[in-house]
Amino acid sequence: MRRALFLLPLVLFLVLAGYFGLALRPGYDPQTLPSAMIDKEAPQFDLAGLNGDGLSRDGLKGGPVLINFFASWCVPCRVEQPVLMRLANREHVPLYGIDYKDQPEDAAKLLAQFGDPYRRVGLDSDGRVGLDFGVYGVPETYVLDGTGHIRKRFVGPLTAEEVEKELLPLLKALNKS
Amino acid sequence: MITELGHFALILALCVAIVQSVVPLVGAARGNLAWMAVGRNAALVQFALVALAMLSLMHAYVTNDFSVINVVENSHTDKPLLYQITGVWGNHEGSMVLWVFMLGVCSAAMALFSSNLPPDLRARVLAVQGMIATGFLLFILLTSNPFLRTWPPAANGQGLNPVLQDPGLAFHPPFLYLGYVGFSVGFAFAVAALIEGRVDAAWARWVRPWTLASWCALTIGIAMGSWWAYYTLGWGGWWFWDPVENASFMPWLVGTALIHSSIVVEKRDTLKSWTILLAIITFSLSLVGTFLVRSGVLTSVHAFATDPARGMFILLLLLVAIGGSLTLYAIRAPALKGGGLFAPISREGAVVLNNLILSCGCATVFLGTLYPLFLDAVGGPKLSVGFPFFNRTFAPLMVPMIVAVGIGPMLSWKRGDLLGALQRVWAAYIAAALAVLVAWYLTHGGPIFAVLGFGLAAWTGVAVIVEWAERVRLFRVGLGDSLRRAIHLPRAAYGMSFAHFGLAVSIAGFAASAFDVESIDTVQAGSIVKLAGYELHFVGVQREPGPNYTANRSTVEIRRDGQLVAVVHPEQRFFPLQQQTTSETAIRTNLLSDLYIALGDGDAAGNWTLRAYWKPLVPWIWIGAVIMAFGGMVSLSDRRWRVGVGARARRMAPAMQPAAGD
Repeated sequence: MRRALFLLPLVLFLVLAGYFGLALRPGYDPQTLPSAMIDKEAPQFDLAGLNGDGLSRDGLKGGPVLINFFASWCVPCRVEQPVLMRLANREHVPLYGIDYKDQPEDAAKLLAQFGDPYRRVGLDSDGRVGLDFGVYGVPETYVLDGTGHIRKRFVGPLTAEEVEKELLPLLKALNKS
Repeated sequence: MITELGHFALILALCVAIVQSVVPLVGAARGNLAWMAVGRNAALVQFALVALAMLSLMHAYVTNDFSVINVVENSHTDKPLLYQITGVWGNHEGSMVLWVFMLGVCSAAMALFSSNLPPDLRARVLAVQGMIATGFLLFILLTSNPFLRTWPPAANGQGLNPVLQDPGLAFHPPFLYLGYVGFSVGFAFAVAALIEGRVDAAWARWVRPWTLASWCALTIGIAMGSWWAYYTLGWGGWWFWDPVENASFMPWLVGTALIHSSIVVEKRDTLKSWTILLAIITFSLSLVGTFLVRSGVLTSVHAFATDPARGMFILLLLLVAIGGSLTLYAIRAPALKGGGLFAPISREGAVVLNNLILSCGCATVFLGTLYPLFLDAVGGPKLSVGFPFFNRTFAPLMVPMIVAVGIGPMLSWKRGDLLGALQRVWAAYIAAALAVLVAWYLTHGGPIFAVLGFGLAAWTGVAVIVEWAERVRLFRVGLGDSLRRAIHLPRAAYGMSFAHFGLAVSIAGFAASAFDVESIDTVQAGSIVKLAGYELHFVGVQREPGPNYTANRSTVEIRRDGQLVAVVHPEQRFFPLQQQTTSETAIRTNLLSDLYIALGDGDAAGNWTLRAYWKPLVPWIWIGAVIMAFGGMVSLSDRRWRVGVGARARRMAPAMQPAAGD
């Protein structure tokens, strides 16, 4: 019995090494985020809203929209904030927020302090919608077309350059079609 | 030519390392003194060869030899000399050369300063070091050779990642690696002890200084990395629970446990198999960290370029090194008999508590870091547990440990008097209560955890001072008598006090981050931003050329009550070669708080985003870390490590017999 205890570190390590081996299998690459969702219909969601109105997938159909996952505890989100503000105020992009794994009060405080670029904010307190979307971390931004299909995914804070070169041209194309 | 010399030196070093790992081991098994003595010379020769390889790679960088692929990929003629040198380890191949160089430094130091070790133990320790060196040298030569040529030579290099062109990051890897690699000495001692089947107080006395020195280096390395992240990423954060950060933090946590438990082995001749296990795990975590950073199995903001073939090789290395040592552990450790009896309320009991909590903390960080990997391997969704997980699990775990840091040193060995100790630190209760009340008042009932954090910091800090006062019997005997006692206190005692006090200082810094004030504004020339009693006058932005970048350099005047406090220049640098922008934040510190200003994006109309933060006590985080490392070094300078007490004690002590299997 006592000997078995001394075997435990070795067993644990071998299990771990097995996982490492799995992660090294060909074709596995954590840097490329899954593109399986691209051009598929966005997962169904119907969330309670931060200030009154809720947010649901079907309610967003009709034209291209941006869905931005954010959280008050997320530092890079604050870096992204000015870019989002400019998108909302200057480009008049329909931008919707999903507050990921967060307290509503904290999110409200954040938006009151730094400005609120969102038309509406849905509360994803348990992160379930984030899970359905396959969110890797916050912030992440998704472009949905008028039929609710995901057309593009931006991981990490949006930069002014991405907005100029990728996001705005895509929205323009989607608006035309 | 010099590059080829470096390449050959590395191959020769591999040959010598193989000799170093085999001959002394066989010699020790057969009792052949001449074979055992090979270890020392081989270690020294191997070090000289690796140093030669390192220097020749540096030479290629400094002379801009663009026929070497590694130089082409990571350097450029416009790069300042300093970064041409530090660029050597700013990439995967070069950093591995630095790794084996540091290992060579440790082995050589081991070889030179171990003449008071029994020859068989010394031979075995050096042999294990040789095996580690063999593994890594093979890894470099087979998968990551920095000396490969390209023909025709490139006209110029592709330049170093701009983010790495910073003094903080340039000097942070050497410290970090010295820490990682230094733990290999403890590992080698552990494996040698398992082979011998003998662990005693003298063994612990030899292991401790090495572990302590590596721990100091790692502490400095981690602090530098965090300081770098703080001032360069421009978000004002100083710790992101990023996999790469966690990879350095985990060995630190277990290494901290190790330096405490090895004291128990030394003083009380017990906790042996646990200490051995800690020594193995500490170095294993350094290796796992290397694997995680370089194999690309986890996503991180500052991962190296990755390659599955390398990942596979490091995995094999892990299997041999960790799997091998743990197998040896499973076979031999049950035979290691613990010494004296164990009372829960005692100094050693406090150390056990410290070890338990630190290990749990490390396990938490480990799970949080690898959770995405585990989930993904079984086909689950990709996700990261992120900040909230670590803050909710790790921070509460550390609370009981910090409380124990105040009390533990007050308990005596064998049987402590908890009640007495609790009574003697009355001053610490008052300090903690006062700190909580003051923090509560100043922040108008801020976050409860942060307010408690101040209480804990005050508790620990004052308890450390009370413990010192007890030792010198301050106010109990005459002042002159106390002074004499203070002078004659062992350096190790001062080391402990400094290290624990540093912890208290850092905790205050962590806790205070809950009270940051920040503002993000769009500003134009002439705009004024008000923040925490300061007025920031945004004067404007100028374009300025740098050696290999162009900068948007802004000028901000900091005023308080109308008085000019300082003029600072946060800037954004654009590196055309890599098409990448970095931000140079302006930080104005008075050691009690930082005023942190970062320039964001601008537009053609002259509107700029200005992010400003007021961060109370944030410098204390790093000041505390420096005090901790200083404490470690003070303890290292204790004279009992230098005089051969350990060797003599060992000669007199009867060799421990492996107990019959039970």
